[in-house]
Amino acid sequence: MSEGQPTQRAEEAEAAEPTEVTTGADETAERPVTTGAESVARALERAGVEHLFGVQGGAIMPVYDALYDADLTHVTMAHEQGAAHAADAFGIVAGEPGVCLATSGPGATNLVTGLADASMDSDPMVALTGQVPSDMVGSDAFQETDTTGVTSPITKENYFAGDADTVGDTVGEAFALAREGRQGPTLVDLPKDVTKGATEREPEAGETPETYDPPERADSEAVETAAGVLARAEKPVILAGGGVLKGEACEELREFATEYGIPVVTTMPAVGVFPEDHDLALEMAGMHGTGYANMAITHCDVMFAVGTRFDDRLTGGVETFAPEAEIVHADIDAAEISKNVHADHPLLGDAGTVIEQMGEAMADERAADMAATGERFQDWVEQCQQWKTDYPMDYAMDEEGPLKPQFVVESVDRATADDTIVTTGVGQHQMWAVQYWTYTEPRTWVSSHGLGTMGYGLPSAIGARLAADDDQSVVCFDGDGSFLMTLQELAVAVREDLDITVFVLNNEGIGMVRQWQDSFHGGRRMASEYPWMPDFATLAEAFGARGFRMESHDDVEGTIEAALAHDGPSVVDAHIDPTENVYPMVPSGGANGQFVLEEDQL
Amino acid sequence: MSDGETTAEGLQGPAPEERPQPSGRRTSHGVRIDPETEAAHEPRRTVLSALVQNEPGVLAKISGLVSRRQFNIESLTVGTTTNPETSRVTVVIEEPEPGIRQVEKQLAKVVNVISVRELGGDAVRRELVVLKVHGEEPDKVNAITDMYGGETLDAGPRTITVQITGDEQKIDDAIDAFRQFGIRELARTGQTALARGEEWTTHAEEERYERIHEP
Ligand SMILES: Cc1ncc(C[n+]2csc(CCOP(=O)(O)OP(=O)(O)O)c2C)c(N)n1
Repeated sequence: MSEGQPTQRAEEAEAAEPTEVTTGADETAERPVTTGAESVARALERAGVEHLFGVQGGAIMPVYDALYDADLTHVTMAHEQGAAHAADAFGIVAGEPGVCLATSGPGATNLVTGLADASMDSDPMVALTGQVPSDMVGSDAFQETDTTGVTSPITKENYFAGDADTVGDTVGEAFALAREGRQGPTLVDLPKDVTKGATEREPEAGETPETYDPPERADSEAVETAAGVLARAEKPVILAGGGVLKGEACEELREFATEYGIPVVTTMPAVGVFPEDHDLALEMAGMHGTGYANMAITHCDVMFAVGTRFDDRLTGGVETFAPEAEIVHADIDAAEISKNVHADHPLLGDAGTVIEQMGEAMADERAADMAATGERFQDWVEQCQQWKTDYPMDYAMDEEGPLKPQFVVESVDRATADDTIVTTGVGQHQMWAVQYWTYTEPRTWVSSHGLGTMGYGLPSAIGARLAADDDQSVVCFDGDGSFLMTLQELAVAVREDLDITVFVLNNEGIGMVRQWQDSFHGGRRMASEYPWMPDFATLAEAFGARGFRMESHDDVEGTIEAALAHDGPSVVDAHIDPTENVYPMVPSGGANGQFVLEEDQL
Repeated sequence: MSDGETTAEGLQGPAPEERPQPSGRRTSHGVRIDPETEAAHEPRRTVLSALVQNEPGVLAKISGLVSRRQFNIESLTVGTTTNPETSRVTVVIEEPEPGIRQVEKQLAKVVNVISVRELGGDAVRRELVVLKVHGEEPDKVNAITDMYGGETLDAGPRTITVQITGDEQKIDDAIDAFRQFGIRELARTGQTALARGEEWTTHAEEERYERIHEP
């Protein structure tokens, strides 16, 4: 735990910067395409890709060779899972697909978790995998895996590249598909003979195929009906999902909600789409959502849900989800309509466009019945405020007692700017990070929602860092268990000299599992307590990062300050109260309005 | 807890049983229950027809999609159409109404799928079964084959192989009738179907037909 001095690696990295060779865009234009691999590289440049995350290997080598001359920076990750999470987080923060590369076989299979994660969260991402030469496919050749077969259920679309002439077009199409309509990960499997094969064809500008036609504007009659229903509601709620973020509809949402005075609840992927310090914000609903958000969705009479797939962590048991509400559901993916919760008024279209359409239609409704809207909603808004008072987000803390994780989260929030990006692993720490941090801007909350992938935190911080503005801070809240899963990526953060601060909320065990065991398995703590844990601060130093240890409330402020001040990666090993649990909680399959506030209520 | 100075009490508020309870309820399909009717959806058997691009892996994608989402699939058949670039996939499923709509939408979502439609009850549906029975009573076998309008494909001293085509009910009945001879093996194709009369089977087909046949 050295004080003050940047690590040697960081210094070297800084020194190396001015001498870095830049390949200008002009040079790119003069570089003719001669192989399939070069066509792939050209397609990436055309798509505006700046950073790639990957690991080298036999079958992907021709592509890497072509990247040698391309106008792109490649970040070599420690593990392909890290490459996929980094690309995923890059996509969330930048709004444009992040790209990861891997070789065939084990390289490709190591991407699987990251692809599944991106797929569940509809994150824009493109994966390029090497493959054995076409004539060896199917022969169980060295490092062969049926990558398109394995990844078919966890990609939006995947391709087996056919020949050198068209491979660049395929990559372009994969890009277009990843970002258009409902976003998601796409994959192109690249047999070595295709990437090595000769071609002079420049790839075409990437376009989605003709059969892909996501809806833009919702049917206007349907919008009118839905607007009428919403305008005549007495207890309306807006449920904003990740689609609001992906559809760049945050502005439209804010305008709509404030114009009509409708309280806003978000799903976990949508955290940040509506400022949490706004009067109408009820924050996140669901299993570990706020009591007031869950009361509001339980008692609302009309729910305007935008861009959400009604995940069971949000709905609890569907029988009791918003049981009295007529549901207006806007989504760009028809298959999400009435998949989990029946939509009384489906609106197929792009989130921003539909919210605008609803805004216009509501204006007409309101003109027709002015008094009906504004005032009637007022009682309901007051009711929601009352719930905020009845069920505040709070925790018990004894200054002399063990360190409270919630206090650590709040303290980091206080010490950083509003646009700071937070990434997390999965577990209790993830929930404290979402509950006790006030998110006011979109694309500042980066987490693994649908898949719930431990180990997501550090590699996603790397991707987020590279997508973020230079003056934006990136912090990662991780659990000791989650951090152990991918901490080798610290080597990458150090090598690339990335300014990231990791707070390991260390409870010497896998806390979320322990909480469930205590609550639902009679306290039989099978395999959830770690009798020994590495010293994460020393470990960080071994990687060439800065390490800190934090044990008491008195340490908090000073340590946070020192860790944030370090210009490069640092790790704070925060030894928190191992008995602390996450509340409120809706037991799985339960009713949202029946959230419990402490173990006794279970 | 905003200033970090005070010692708070933790989460507080009315306990679950003290909170107001909503009176409404939904079904397991997420449909709001009308207390008057309390209607639940019963499964029904139906045919979906999908026109798809002839790309490698499309069939695997479709069958994988249906099975991993746990839909109750009865049969799935595929074959090319008049256009060598497209194939028709016919899926027979047995699901409650929301499940049928979900399969339809999930199929439509596959990038290589051009058009999907549920066929009405009056659609023309056909299935083929080839079955092999013991050959001790060739005359009787022949009689049953004739009764079902079938054809004998192969007859030897020990086995007779016949084919029957027809709708699902007829095939089921024919199989039952052949059981008396002892069925050694059988192979059913699963249903394939077209919309009846002038109606187009999927929406895309009308458009294409008009494009090609326009003067
Ligand atoms: C890859 C993976 N394996 C297992 C799990 C199951 N799981 C969910 S939360 C959790 C505990 C996480 O422990 P830790 O990262 O230490 O965080 P804490 O809950 O203690 O904050 C586990 C094991 C998971 N989500 N992901």
